[in-house]
Amino acid sequence: MANACGPTSDGRRPSRSPWVTGHVESAVGQVPQVDTTLRFADRLGAWKARWAIGRMRYSVPPGLYAVGRPGRESPVLVTANYKMTFDRVRSQLAAVDAWLLVLDTHGINVWCAAGKGTFGTDELVRRVAATRLQQLVAHRRLILPQLAAPGVAAHEVLRRCGFRVIYGPVRAEDIPRFLEADMQATPDMRRVRFPLRDRLAVAPVELVMAMKYILLMAICFFLLSGLGADGYSWQRAIAIGLPCAAVAAAVSFGSILLTPVLLPWLPGRMFAVKGFWLGVAMLGIVGVWSNVRQMPVRSWVAVASWCVLIPTLASFMAMNYTGSTPYTSLSGVRVEVRRAVPVQVIGAVIGVALWLTGRFV
Amino acid sequence: MDRFRYLPGVVTLQIDVRRCDGCRMCVIVCPHAVFCMQDKKARILDADACMECGACAKNCPSGAITVRSGVGCATAMLIETLHRGSCCGG
Ligand code: SF4
Ligand code: SF4
Repeated sequence: MANACGPTSDGRRPSRSPWVTGHVESAVGQVPQVDTTLRFADRLGAWKARWAIGRMRYSVPPGLYAVGRPGRESPVLVTANYKMTFDRVRSQLAAVDAWLLVLDTHGINVWCAAGKGTFGTDELVRRVAATRLQQLVAHRRLILPQLAAPGVAAHEVLRRCGFRVIYGPVRAEDIPRFLEADMQATPDMRRVRFPLRDRLAVAPVELVMAMKYILLMAICFFLLSGLGADGYSWQRAIAIGLPCAAVAAAVSFGSILLTPVLLPWLPGRMFAVKGFWLGVAMLGIVGVWSNVRQMPVRSWVAVASWCVLIPTLASFMAMNYTGSTPYTSLSGVRVEVRRAVPVQVIGAVIGVALWLTGRFV
Repeated sequence: MDRFRYLPGVVTLQIDVRRCDGCRMCVIVCPHAVFCMQDKKARILDADACMECGACAKNCPSGAITVRSGVGCATAMLIETLHRGSCCGG
């Protein structure tokens, strides 16, 4: 029978999880002890989750875990049950004795779950009661990741279950230093950063998700290239359509990868503007490439169409990156969408019209 | 985050300093250091850095802070607009 306090409550046996190394005796019974080193399977799983391979939710059973040999005075760290988050936290705790309280965030990371409210006051209070934390520890403190704050009202948690919420650092790597410093976070630990690694974190999933639209667009370019004043020609579709399809796909992939990489250096505040300039740069590359390859330039109309299409496409793709950054406000994105989308629509209409005209002149 | 600044003058963040009891929670939870303490009251130091996550308002025990919070995601906004058939903005 599943132990009500443990992570067994959803029916899965944690002892079968490869990252459980044993058990720790406590006032509320046996608590599974987790490994603080990541194994190949953990890294492979993270990689698969990044590339959206497999439909399974990448999560761990919520509940109580032990890190090291915690006792009644040991700190309680609260985190989400997204496996990658869980892994990141436990892998930082090699030298720490602590309790780990994993909330059921439906396999979503702390930041997104807090925004949705699943990493929230209700779930926290519920989980504290279900794990009998009052009996487990002598103190009344919970350490939460700072990025959980949009979902948790600290004063309500205190009122409802008697535990004081202490917001720890933004990043898991700072937890040991935070604990050593008597649970004081430096201003630096409280600021989000957006390094290249984080900027690129969503790129694989974006690529996978955009794939079918990009493919569709490439097919359209290919098929429509067969059109001409003399009727339809498959030879033309292959000779002209394939390079056109390749350019459209390359610009799309290029935007998904280069927008995050070059984000701090692309000019403009609006992502649509950043994307536009990235598009201008890619247009230059396409120009050089078609010169080197001696692509047949059929008419100035065809050239003009690409001058409009590439920056427009890149601008649109970059705008969709707003949802993946930790600094774009809802109000700001509303303003951006309202200003940029009409321009992008006009650009797309003019670009496509020019390109189609180019088939016939 | 100084290299990352979004559009200026658009955020909905507001503080009613009269209701503030100086608990510092907003200073602690804000990931963009938008607040500072001045004469035992919280002040907005850098409103344009705010990403409207809502952490400060949620954790202010005296209800001194208001902000329209949500995820700033153009894709979600476009999808929603297409489904509703009306313009976002609202
Ligand atoms: S959280 Fe509210 S009461 Fe506390 S310092 Fe900030 S504004 Fe004042
Ligand atoms: S909404 Fe978020 S980013 Fe804005 S001031 Fe409050 S905590 Fe800081």
